[in-house]
Amino acid sequence: MSSIQERVKKIVIENLGAKEEDVTNEASFVDDLGADSLDTVELVLSLEEEFDCEIPDDVADNITTVQQVIDYISQNAKGS
Amino acid sequence: MGFLTDKKILIVGLASNRSIAWGIAQAMKREGAELAFTYQNEKLRDRVEKLASECGSEITVPCDVSSDEEIEAVFDHLDDYWDHVDGIVHSVAFAPRDELGGDYLDVVTREGFNIAHEISSYSFAALAKAGRNKMQGRNASLITLSYLGAERTIQNYNVMGPAKASLEANVRYMAQALGPENIRVNAVSAGPIRTLAAAGISNFKRMMDHVENVAPLRRNITTEEVGNMAAFLCSDLASGVTGEIVYVDAGFNTIGMTLA
Repeated sequence: MSSIQERVKKIVIENLGAKEEDVTNEASFVDDLGADSLDTVELVLSLEEEFDCEIPDDVADNITTVQQVIDYISQNAKGS
Repeated sequence: MGFLTDKKILIVGLASNRSIAWGIAQAMKREGAELAFTYQNEKLRDRVEKLASECGSEITVPCDVSSDEEIEAVFDHLDDYWDHVDGIVHSVAFAPRDELGGDYLDVVTREGFNIAHEISSYSFAALAKAGRNKMQGRNASLITLSYLGAERTIQNYNVMGPAKASLEANVRYMAQALGPENIRVNAVSAGPIRTLAAAGISNFKRMMDHVENVAPLRRNITTEEVGNMAAFLCSDLASGVTGEIVYVDAGFNTIGMTLA
């Protein structure tokens, strides 16, 4: 099984059409990876599916970087 | 040969590959339909063009359904490609996000109520009005998407319930108006599907978990399954069906009580 970090980055790459080298842990979805508001909703949906968890709106609104996703999934996901 | 061969169908409401409209587009394409798509605004244009090309379609036209001018312009645009239209798929709904959770009366507003009804229900009639001439003599069919919240209360669905109830009544009145022209109008009432639009509804995942636990099929449904029903309803196989609300919901609407 791949690590959470690898799985998160794979989903980010697929959803945002980002280049692998740009998807660093510090990368911001909006500022660095060019995500718009729909992209970020889709990203949340994909992450919830991959990790069989729910990311509530108020949490999702405050998650802006790849590392923040990894941290949240590590602490909350069943499928991790 | 597919059962929609040579049918020209306009799809309104595609936003992503999670959209119910995408499941419908794929099923219709598979059955031989030629498709055209609208995009709500410039922000969505690239997304829709990309998805359209995956369906072999180069026809994408702007349409914000809150504007009568844009709705009429869609059919003018289509004139460049098609001399008639055999079907319209309406897969559009909107309500302010902060009204899709909590106590209905606490969160509903006059403005939110109006916009939910305008975008989710009136726009279907507006499309039919604008496209009516192009559908003459084609045994054309119009399809919209509804949800059980139109008839029963569903927690958090709130103002979208009245809006979908309006849409379902709209289906019947449109069917009556267009029936003499042999144009059919139906709705697919789909079980919960994780789309961009659904992301606005509070606790949506719990709704899906509940369906999985109690629906006769003990699972949720897919956009592909909705697509297959929409393709059927748009086809001549459904030539005797109009004014109907057809459920694609794993049977959830039929249950009365389950003892978990």
